[in-house]
Amino acid sequence: MAAVLELLLREEVAASAVVRWLRQGSGPRAAEENHIHEKLVSLSLLQKDFVPFLLNFLREQTSQILTNGPSTPAKTPNSKAHGNQRTGSERRAGHATGSNNSRVQLFSERTSVTSCTTDTSFSPAAASSGSSSFSGSNLSSPCSDFPSMVSTSSPSFGYSPVLNHSEKRSSQKASLGSFLTPMPEAPPVRRGRRKGNSSVSASGRQVVRDLGRSLAEDEDGKSESTSWSAGRRKQSEVPLVSARSPPSQLNLNNLEEFPPMGAASGWTNKSKPSRRINPTPVSAERPLSKPKMCFTSTPVSQSPAARFPSGTSLEAFTAIQEGNLTSVVGSNLQEEREMLKKERCKLLHQASSPAGLSLDPGTPMKPSYARSASLPAESHLVTCADPAKVSCKKQLECLAQLYSSCIAENLVPNIFLELFFVLQLLTSKGTSAEDGESDLEVNEGSEDASRKQHFRNVHNCVYFAVQVLDYQYEIISHLEKGTLKLLAENERIASFSPTLHEKLRQAYESSTAKVSLLLPCSVQSVSFQPETDNRSNFPSDRAFHIFKKQRDIFYELLREWEDNHEKTGWDFERVLGNKIRAMMAHLSATCNHSHFARLFQKQLIQMCKGPIGGGTSWGDTPDQDVLNMLGSDNLSRLKRLQERFVVPQSIRGPCPSPSFTGCQQFFRDFILSAGSYQFNQHLVDSLCLKILELDGLTLIEHEHSDGEADMDEQDEKKRFTVVLLSLRLLAKFLGFLVFLPYRTVEQPTRDLLESAVALRNRTQPVLDVLKLLRQSVRDRHAILTIPWIVEFLSLVDHIAPFLDYYRKVFCLLLQIYRLMVLSEDKEMSFLNKLLILAVLGWLFQVPSVPEELFFTTDVRKEGLMMDTVTSTRALDSVPLVDQQLLYTCCPYLGELRKLLASFVAGSGAKNGGFVRKITPTAAESLAPKPSVTQRKLQAELEQAFFHNQPPSLRRTVEFVAERVGSNCVKHIKATLVAELVQRAEVMLQDKMKEEDANHDKLLEEVCAHLYEEGAQALVRGREFCKKKGPEAVRVLLPDETSAAVLNSAEEIAMELATEKACGWLSANIAALIKREVKATFNRMLKVPGLPLPSEDALELRRDCPPGCQHHAPFPSQIINEIKDVLCIAVGPRDEGEVIDYVWLECLLGRLSQTLRCRKFMCPTSEQQLAKCTVELASLLVSDRVPLRLGLKPPEKSSERLRVKNSPTYCLLKQLLSVWKEDFGMPVPLQLMFSRKNIAYVAEVKQREWDLFLFMLRGLVEYDLMGISEIESCLHSLKELPWPSDFLKELEMLSRVFISEHNLEEPRTNPCELARQSLGTVTAQS
Amino acid sequence: MKLSKAQYDEIAQFLGQVQPTRQSLRKLKQKFPSQSQSTLLSIFSQEYQKQVKRTHAKHHTAEAVETYYQRYLNGVMKNAAAPVLLELANEVNFAPSLMARIVLERFLQEQEQAIPSKTLINSMLRDPSQIPDGVLANQVYQCTVNDCCYGPLVDCIKHAIGHEHEVLLREMLLEKNLSFIAEDQLRAKGYDKTPDFILEVPVAVEGHIIHWIESKASFGDESSHQAYLQDQFWSYWNRKVAVRLKMFLFLFFS
Repeated sequence: MAAVLELLLREEVAASAVVRWLRQGSGPRAAEENHIHEKLVSLSLLQKDFVPFLLNFLREQTSQILTNGPSTPAKTPNSKAHGNQRTGSERRAGHATGSNNSRVQLFSERTSVTSCTTDTSFSPAAASSGSSSFSGSNLSSPCSDFPSMVSTSSPSFGYSPVLNHSEKRSSQKASLGSFLTPMPEAPPVRRGRRKGNSSVSASGRQVVRDLGRSLAEDEDGKSESTSWSAGRRKQSEVPLVSARSPPSQLNLNNLEEFPPMGAASGWTNKSKPSRRINPTPVSAERPLSKPKMCFTSTPVSQSPAARFPSGTSLEAFTAIQEGNLTSVVGSNLQEEREMLKKERCKLLHQASSPAGLSLDPGTPMKPSYARSASLPAESHLVTCADPAKVSCKKQLECLAQLYSSCIAENLVPNIFLELFFVLQLLTSKGTSAEDGESDLEVNEGSEDASRKQHFRNVHNCVYFAVQVLDYQYEIISHLEKGTLKLLAENERIASFSPTLHEKLRQAYESSTAKVSLLLPCSVQSVSFQPETDNRSNFPSDRAFHIFKKQRDIFYELLREWEDNHEKTGWDFERVLGNKIRAMMAHLSATCNHSHFARLFQKQLIQMCKGPIGGGTSWGDTPDQDVLNMLGSDNLSRLKRLQERFVVPQSIRGPCPSPSFTGCQQFFRDFILSAGSYQFNQHLVDSLCLKILELDGLTLIEHEHSDGEADMDEQDEKKRFTVVLLSLRLLAKFLGFLVFLPYRTVEQPTRDLLESAVALRNRTQPVLDVLKLLRQSVRDRHAILTIPWIVEFLSLVDHIAPFLDYYRKVFCLLLQIYRLMVLSEDKEMSFLNKLLILAVLGWLFQVPSVPEELFFTTDVRKEGLMMDTVTSTRALDSVPLVDQQLLYTCCPYLGELRKLLASFVAGSGAKNGGFVRKITPTAAESLAPKPSVTQRKLQAELEQAFFHNQPPSLRRTVEFVAERVGSNCVKHIKATLVAELVQRAEVMLQDKMKEEDANHDKLLEEVCAHLYEEGAQALVRGREFCKKKGPEAVRVLLPDETSAAVLNSAEEIAMELATEKACGWLSANIAALIKREVKATFNRMLKVPGLPLPSEDALELRRDCPPGCQHHAPFPSQIINEIKDVLCIAVGPRDEGEVIDYVWLECLLGRLSQTLRCRKFMCPTSEQQLAKCTVELASLLVSDRVPLRLGLKPPEKSSERLRVKNSPTYCLLKQLLSVWKEDFGMPVPLQLMFSRKNIAYVAEVKQREWDLFLFMLRGLVEYDLMGISEIESCLHSLKELPWPSDFLKELEMLSRVFISEHNLEEPRTNPCELARQSLGTVTAQS
Repeated sequence: MKLSKAQYDEIAQFLGQVQPTRQSLRKLKQKFPSQSQSTLLSIFSQEYQKQVKRTHAKHHTAEAVETYYQRYLNGVMKNAAAPVLLELANEVNFAPSLMARIVLERFLQEQEQAIPSKTLINSMLRDPSQIPDGVLANQVYQCTVNDCCYGPLVDCIKHAIGHEHEVLLREMLLEKNLSFIAEDQLRAKGYDKTPDFILEVPVAVEGHIIHWIESKASFGDESSHQAYLQDQFWSYWNRKVAVRLKMFLFLFFS
């Protein structure tokens, strides 16, 4: 392993070669690349183990520097592969996983690591100080997942690193054997990768455990709050971390945020007076700053709970917990402030006892301001990362490339875990010590390149992180906007890679992926299902009656839980347990389980669809007091504030264990307390059925031609989201029920495992997830199926993954994971893939999923047929997932943002505080919005209304709302948007004339103008719905409907339609306008040589003269005939070929007709006609058209006589008139002066200047060309190389023409003049 | 108007060996007086295009180009007023316009010492006045005017015919009271490829359901049917313009 890395770091092998080598070993790509570096060939046996080695290596190298956030161990096989062989205590010592399901693995390594040396680097004093780790218990999620079972588990409390150190050694000794692996090239002696984040030894741990347990038991109900979700993180608390990083940092921040309200501020040493609301300094460095949303999230290592020294009683902890919770539910702002004050004091207290002095549990209120011993530490908290100080760049680049390739190729078990790790590196806070701490580096034997400390300073870490982020840009750019913003504003990225900074900034600016982690929860209403719940569905009156009673009891329980479950000392089992069991007994007596299971399931879906679990957060039911205080129109603000409180701010790492949140807890606890086999069985059946039903979701194929596609797509997405979330919820409970009987607290020993596997291999799975999974891959709806299967499997017990059946499932999932390389393709959209990868990555990190699975499973075992059935619209190919859904399904992705935010908070505090509080200004719309309570009441009223009416009424109203809403959008598109686009066209044309500068900018400008008007859409949309909705309802409902019902139905339909339409419009109108304008603009640009100046002239000539019969010859016909004339004129001619004069005259007449009738005319035809006639005139002028005078007597007209009897004059006059009168566009008359056409004149032996001069005068006379224009044309003609005599004549001609017009004599007769002047010309020549 | 296969074959056969000039067209008219000029021209044009497609490459080899250019130079040296280029084209059996293009391209290449852009050449062919050499300008103009199958003039005529027939078709649809969506409306909706008219309400013609109409305003021989089917109609199908396309109308007005 190390050998490979060694080769890489010594630059003997390129990173790309290593990737190739890796690829060869993994996955089905093997065959295609066999160009493997020779040095790697011999190491081919190691491929499988290389990635875990690399991941361990990076963790190992960076463990010194990472002080922010939880450690991010990836599950690697070596770490726990042999856990099964170990005895309990060993295991506890080694991995500390078993009991509390902590996912933290210690990375055992094959190469010997210099753990001792590293250990010694801590000064004992520092180590013994605040090395507390009441790890990761999360304040905001006091949920317990299996209280009855897991109650024995408890978080490990702090321990002294000194003890830690020695104990580790002993534990290493004890577990030496267990680290032996069959790999032949492994070094004979391995040490567990204890180092910093090592745990305590067996005995030490045991003591702590016992202590914890006893405390937990004392705490009775509270024990649960520290179990599972809390405890499982505990090891991520790196004792080293807390020892090294000054523990006070965030406390101080907190103090800034929550300064004392009273005058008793002891913060004399703070230069800046703390204020509750800070004005935000506008910083040039962070130009994107809007009010900062970050709530100075506390990195876990410093989260309040984590900072309890070992002696602290749990009371303090629970107090805080409560404090926080009450503040969430706080009904009174004053109270809330009080809480915050208390909390601050507590934090301060902890902060000021860095030496590990036990906190007096009885005096949490006592502020010890004076003891700010840790303050100085803050000054060097955030080391400024400097690109110039990076050492061993080359190696870091190699590593970054290799590491990034592993991520890109899905060779790592969890992409986001790695990204989290990278962000940790990016935001690592080096200590001041780091530069001086040369002893950190291993001096002896450091020749080994892979053993060298490449990451020993912040600069290197940041350099590496930025490199990797650059490689992973595509994934990052798909993250939600807040994360992008934090990245875009990250000073380190800006200084280390300006290009990446710029890319991120652009990504942020163009991102529309705003994600709220707090989704509005569905209205909590009790659902009655008359179809299934009425008497006819029950065998007897008694059963029916009992069911009705059960139903009432059930809701009573629910209400009780809702009201009380967050109160201290309230215990589900104690309060509700007996009631539930009594109810179950009743159900058993009447065999009503199936009915109740259905009700249970429906209620579950109704309440828990939201990501938080819904219901319990006061977002939907805000306390009236709070509302009064904050103002009901500031709901969004309130929401954001709530989000800060409710959504955990502490960083828990990107791989939390599966847990039940919010309302889900009720249902889980209900199942556990009921303990009814029958009920569980019915529930399983019911869940399976519903899952299968929902999993069959197909999308309706949409006509793209039809205008509502946009809206339908949105609806579709919504529908998909609802189905996906429901499926996940149901699958989670199914998983819970299915694996419940097998759940064990500890991992079974190997023997137990074997026998259990042998036993359980015989049973059939309840739901054939393997089949469903295969189907989903085949039918390409994996995007729907995989997320819920992951939820199902996340609750797997320790043994199940070893069963033949589930092994296959995991294999297949792994295979899918490996194949799903992230890129945008038409098979599956990027975000769809990202969701699948995120959930799968999470699943692979779930504690009960065996680690060796990811790295050791032979992926090729399961044949994966990626049949592409493209006939129907496969779900996978539709971009259904957006960031909101991604983050809803994987809330742990938000950890990335929190980590970044905490960095900002940290560095910001140092630099004067960028962190801003919410500024309570009432800048938002002053229009009275109905308060939340009102809206809720309204919704309930509507529900009640429909409930009393036949179902068809509801269907009708919904249908009408749907159609009218959709039509409304179409209507707006056709009217308002079309108008705006037209206006935009005019504006664009004007602007294009001005400058043909930046088109994008132009477009942007014009659109910006229109957006405001776009707001009109809402008003018009409302009008439309108001008019159309009631009409439709009236027509569709039976005539007999009572007036009141009809009226209500109309109102509801109208409201719903308006909501739908206006919702869509307000979200999309700007984009829509922009799209349409852009399309128009592109069309404008495409039309070559847009005749802009003549636009008006064309406008005038668009219509036929009144009474036109459209009988004129077709333009094509005329062009064709003129072409024939030109042909003959230009030659070659047949013997005696001539053009009949009369015919030509007639042709010109028809030309005039054709030009007048605009019906069949198109611009190209007209252009061609103009050109052809000018050519014809030129040929006529140079007497090149062989005219045959017919029988027409020339004496017919007196004028013609005067025109030298030449028919050519007549034809020319006719042409002049046609040009003047009939053409709708400018005629290219300057062509007449082209070299080619003048050459026609020049070639004639007997030059006919009369005709030419006649033409010139005609042009002036008919106002077709100006005198100066002609002059300049003639002038430029003289520049050309003509025969000298011709040049002379030309000179003469122009002189005549000019003098003639300069005289400005009243021209009696142009023809006469022509004759005269020509006389002079000939005389002079 | 219907034209029997035999008649068509006869015309096509006759066209096997003629030059695309005015004179040929005149002969054709004399030979098939019952056919309209536009029909004959359309067939002529199509047949000739087929022929050119076959021989195109031959005329574009470096040697051929050089030979033509030298012959042109020699020709105009002797007599600049003679139709050198046109005759050369007829002699080697190539469309005059295309011959003009070859020589012009070669000429510009010599003058500019670089390969001239396509837009420049096209613009010069459209307006030979822009050609810097007066003699060549005349020669080129002569070629393009005399060519009845290729060249800017012919292209324009074809375009005009297409437009006129579309207008006619629209008239007819309006007359028959058929509701339709026209191409420009469809384009406004963002279709890249659209037929001329989509019938909002399909109609049945001789037992076939017609969803849309595409007017091609050219003679619909077998190969062009095939080609249009390939290039255009299937793409309408793919874009779901006509969901159940049973037949397409291939209209030709004459």
